[in-house]
This record gives sequence, C-alpha cells and structure tokens, in this order.
Amino acid sequence: MYRYDDFDRQLVQERTEQFREQVKRRLSGDITEEQFRPLRLMNGVYLQLHAYMLRVAVPYGTLRCDQLRELGGIARKYDKGYGHFTTRQNIQYNWPKLDEIPDALLDLANVEMHAIQTSGNCIRNTTTDQYAGAAADEIEDPRPYCELIRQWSTFHPEFTYLPRKFKIAVTGSPNDRAAVKVHDIGLRMHYNDAGETGFEVIVGGGLGRTPFVGKTVRDFIGKNDLFSYLEAILRVYNRFGRRDNKYKARIKILVHELGVEEVQRLVEEEWAQIKDGSLKVGDAEIARYIEQFAPPAFEALSDDDADFERHKSESRAFSNWVRSNVIEHKQPGYAIANVSLKPIGGIPGDATDTQMELVADLSEKYSFGDVRVTHEQNLVLPHVKKADLFAVWTALEGAGLGTANLGYVTDIIACPGLDYCALATARSIPLSQRISERFGDLDRQHDIGELKIKISGCINACGHHHVGHIGILGLDKRGKEFYQITLGGDASQDASIGKIVGAGFSEAEVVDAIESLVTKYIDIRDGGERFIDTYRRVGMDPFKEVLYGDR
Amino acid sequence: MAIVKNDSVIEQEWITVEAEDDLPSSDENLIVPLARFKEQRDDLLGRNGGLGVLLNPGDAPEDLAGDLDRLSIITVNFPAYTDGRGYSYGRVLRERMGFKGELRAIGDVLRDQILLMHRCGFDSYDLKVDGETALTKVRAALKEMSVYYQPTGDGRATALSLRERRRAAMEQKAS
Repeated sequence: MYRYDDFDRQLVQERTEQFREQVKRRLSGDITEEQFRPLRLMNGVYLQLHAYMLRVAVPYGTLRCDQLRELGGIARKYDKGYGHFTTRQNIQYNWPKLDEIPDALLDLANVEMHAIQTSGNCIRNTTTDQYAGAAADEIEDPRPYCELIRQWSTFHPEFTYLPRKFKIAVTGSPNDRAAVKVHDIGLRMHYNDAGETGFEVIVGGGLGRTPFVGKTVRDFIGKNDLFSYLEAILRVYNRFGRRDNKYKARIKILVHELGVEEVQRLVEEEWAQIKDGSLKVGDAEIARYIEQFAPPAFEALSDDDADFERHKSESRAFSNWVRSNVIEHKQPGYAIANVSLKPIGGIPGDATDTQMELVADLSEKYSFGDVRVTHEQNLVLPHVKKADLFAVWTALEGAGLGTANLGYVTDIIACPGLDYCALATARSIPLSQRISERFGDLDRQHDIGELKIKISGCINACGHHHVGHIGILGLDKRGKEFYQITLGGDASQDASIGKIVGAGFSEAEVVDAIESLVTKYIDIRDGGERFIDTYRRVGMDPFKEVLYGDR
Repeated sequence: MAIVKNDSVIEQEWITVEAEDDLPSSDENLIVPLARFKEQRDDLLGRNGGLGVLLNPGDAPEDLAGDLDRLSIITVNFPAYTDGRGYSYGRVLRERMGFKGELRAIGDVLRDQILLMHRCGFDSYDLKVDGETALTKVRAALKEMSVYYQPTGDGRATALSLRERRRAAMEQKAS
C-alpha cells in the first residue's frame, strides 16, 4: 500500500496548519461565514441541517488498519461514536464541533489522511474497484494509477475553480465495480492490439437531476500519456463548461450539448499540444508506484481448506455468509471477505467507533492490514486465508457486522437524506430501514437473489437511485414526502439509467410497492435470472401493471 | 485598491477602456478588451503609448497569437473568484504562447487564490485593499505551501522531480 513520503506529509501538515488559521479567523469574527464557506468546503467541512459535517477522503477506498483504527478514534473523540461511509468510498462525521475540527484533521494527518477536496468545484477523491489487487478477474491493479491521479489532482492550480465538481473513477477489471460509466471521467483498463494495457476514456457520465451514461472519447490511452490526457480533458472543461447555471455545469452537459465528437475534437486538439510535455510519466516512475502496491506476502496454499469446508457444513449461518459475502481471490487459498454495514433494519453505511476498531484489528491479524471501503457503503477485508474465514466471521458476527446480505435486496445504498442533509426533500434512512425489515428473512433474500435498491432523498441523486435495479427518489409534494420508483438502472459495465414507473407513492405505500415488484419478478423470472435481467427481458409493463393496474 | 508585483506595491500606470469608451491620448498606456483589440488592432498598435489587452471569461487567448510581442500587459478578469477560466488562460499564455509581459489578475482577487494564480503564470495582482494589506496578503499566500505535485510553467520544482533528484543523488553516493 502507498505510504506518504516526506513531501506528501509536509503538504498535508501545511494544509492542516492553514485551515487552523482559517478557523481561528472565523471564530474570532475576522471573516464572515460567507467568506469562510469556500475555505471550509475545500477542507471537507459542510454545514448540514443540525451541525457541521466533516467528510474525510479515503483515496481510492483503500485504508490501512491503523488508519481505520484512527477513524474509529475520531468518531469517539469528535463525534457521537459513529461515522458514515459514503458512496464515494469516503467517511463522514455528522457532529464535529468547528473549533475541534483542526484537531481532528491533525489526528488524520498523523495517519496520512486528510479531508482535502472532498467538497468544492474541484477534482474530488478518485474512486476505484474495492477489490483492487485481490480480484480474480482483474487485468491489473488500478491503484498505482489512482495514486498518481491523486497527486496530480491535489491542489491543481488550474482546476480548483472548475464549473462544478469533478469525479474520476477507475476500473482495472472488465467487471466494473466502480461505476465508471456514471462518472465525469471513467477509466476502464483493457488491452490494445499490441497487448499493452491502457485505458478506455469515458467522459460525461453522471447522475444528479440529468443522468447520463458516459461516452467514449478515446478507446485507448497508454499509461504514460494518461495524465496529459486527463489534463487536456480538464482544460477543455474548465474553459468551455457552462457556468451560467449550476445544474448545467457538469461536463455531462457539455458533452450532451456539444456532442461527444466535438468534445473529442477539442480534447484531442488540446492534448496534441501537451502530450510530449512534463506530464508524460515514464515507465520507471510508473513501476515505482506499481511496486508500492505490490501484492502482500501471500503463502503458497492449496485452494481447498478442510477446516473451512467443515465449518461451512456445520454452521448454516457461516455458510450463508460465505455464500453472499465471500468472493473469489486471485491467490489460491485466499478469499475476499465483505463486511456488511447493512444490518437488517440498520442505517446503511454507519459504523460505530468500536466496530471500526474491530475491523481494523481483524485486518491487521487476517488481511495484511488492508481494508477497503466500497461505493455500496460496505467494508472489505481483501486478503483473508480461507482457513481464517470462520474466525473472522465469528468476530464480525459478535459485533453486529456479520450480516449475510451482500448484493441482496437489503444491501441498500441510501444517502443521509432529510435526517441530516440540508438539500434533501425527503428522508432516505427510515425508508431503507423499513425495506430492510420487510425483506429481512435470509431465505427469502437468497431466493430473490441479486437486487440492488438505491435510495436518494432528493434529485441530486447521492443515493444513486438512477442506477438502482430498483431506484427510489424521495421528493416533497406540498410538505409531504413521497417517493418515485425507477426500474432498470445499472451501474456496472452494462450501465443504464432507470426509468420512472409512474406516479409516486406515499411513505406508507412505498414498501408495499417494492414488495409487489419483487413478487412479480419471482412470478415471471426465468430460471436463475436476476431482477435486472427479467426487467430487460419483459420491459416495464408487467411491473407497471402490478403497481397501478389499469390506472 | 492596490497592485502587487515582484514583492512590492506598484502604481497603476494603465488606463483600461471599455468597448464604447473614447480612446485617451496616444501617449497614454492603454488596456482594451480583446474584442476591441480585434476590431481596431492596427489603430491601437499605431499609438505611442503602451498597449495591453483585457481578457474576460469566455475569451480565447489564442486570438492574440502573433501580437503578443507588442503587448506589455495582459489583464485577466476574474469576475468572481469561483470563475476559474482565467487560470487556464494564464497557463496557455505563458506556457504555450510564450507571453513574456506582465500578466495581471483583476476582479475578485482574494488571498486564498493568489498562490494558484502565481502557479498559472500570473505575476501581478490587483487587490481591493490598501497597499500594505495587499502586500501582506500576497506574501503570506505565496509562502503558505511548499510542496507542489503539478508541473506548470512557474519554475517550481514538483515533488516528483525532487524525488527523482534525491534518488539520483543517493544512487551516486552508493556507487
């Protein structure tokens, strides 16, 4: 895993000191809240409904055990004993006091973390596959490139006041777990005809009030040229992206209005002038970053472990967990263990201080000190010996972290909604809790199979409802919350934007509506078909009918 | 209002005219918006005084190609600090087009953006405060950070290049 060197450390320390001064100026009344706003936002400090919120960056979703332990400590010291993992692989604290935030940032800096660029109209934290370096289907570990993007984008002097925020996602696997097609830039690693690895460059995807699946501007960019190419895209966006309307300012609108061919022409023209400049990264430099993410010291093991098999046959609960939460690892004898932060009836993505510390301890003992945060708001122990899985599960189970529901109907993405967020028009969390309770029975969840429900509490779509197999959007109609249902969204390599089924439902009706959709799916599915496959086969009508009849 | 350049407060020696304004006498140093420069290029270049151009957001600095040698100053307007187009104009003018004259940031120029502007090629800053305050702000802003990841045309060494230099030195020592 990447370790800061003295340059990285100094940069974060200087930033921490800078922010401490800015907070001091604010608290003494030297600057107004209005003047302070952009400064705090650049450091991840939002003002929410009830309090300040601090959003801490987890670069490309990778944490060391000491970092996760510190995140737990911060939850206890500066918050009410919990934190919330987000769809951008970051963590948010909902109750910090402004005068204590500089101290929290100092604690973070001590474990090589920060809150830089987790807000503002700049290049945000780069996200990637949570199974990077562990997945059996991966072409190459994407994290060395993510780290290089992190450095290139941190305090980029030209791109700190973009028309709007800018998000880059990278996948090193053909099975896209990073939703790269719904990001401002998505990078998909693949081979060119010469057998070299590089990236397909997808631009202009996004959710929010105008969702788009991104379009390819270049089928292949070599690794050495990736950074000049990114700079070319950002320069085109910075110069030509709309600034007259906040809701039309993302790059997706530029791509939509100019057309992808014109954006491509502008980018290629810009790139031709900078591609041989100082942003070209040499093979030796890339190799040094690949070295930083070298695989841990795996033992040579047989892929079968007798104890593991025995535990599975003896404990149904364990074998259920393995079935849903354990994923194949590229190294024989190892597995990827997902830690669900979606207990039945719980708040999606929340973890307490002691839960974070427990996962940190488990990662230190069983997973080479490596932990990941997923955009679906769960945690991952990426490198666990099969022989250790039972011990890991037993410990997780004891802390309420052993829920066997990964990818199932209760593994819901939900934004914080009206319980916390100043922008929200409806609550998301209580609804996700109610759906989770309704479908809590594990056998039933197994029977339903993979079904991704995503809930946003407003049109900004932080809960990714557009790409939920079933998406739920919370709105406000004359002071009453109501919920609009979309079907057929998908964030994977087969990305698609869901379509609205019909009129919205009241809070009381919406859970029944979801259940009707699921029941219909079970009635009409073909063999092992997932919900999304059935929807794609039969279309909207059968589902519409079950919700509205002849209406 | 005060203009800071090269670590000191300088006098305003330029008159900026808008699109419709009458031109001052030929000896005055004059800054005109890009559109007017394009319209009246030959007349403007024939004047005795110094000449500069004002770029507003949406303008293309490329329109000045071929004339940069005749311009002593380019002012780039940041109507709001949140409008970051001027940063790209700065880099294009300096790094691509090789502009050597004064590059001045005007408009909503605040302390917390000055370092970024400097990194993008600006060398003077028009701040809406008195001279002493302006100088203090610019000095503080320029030394707030000391580590830079991105190569720009500002001559600052990047972390990447410093790492390489250190590696080379260590290898030399070892051999």
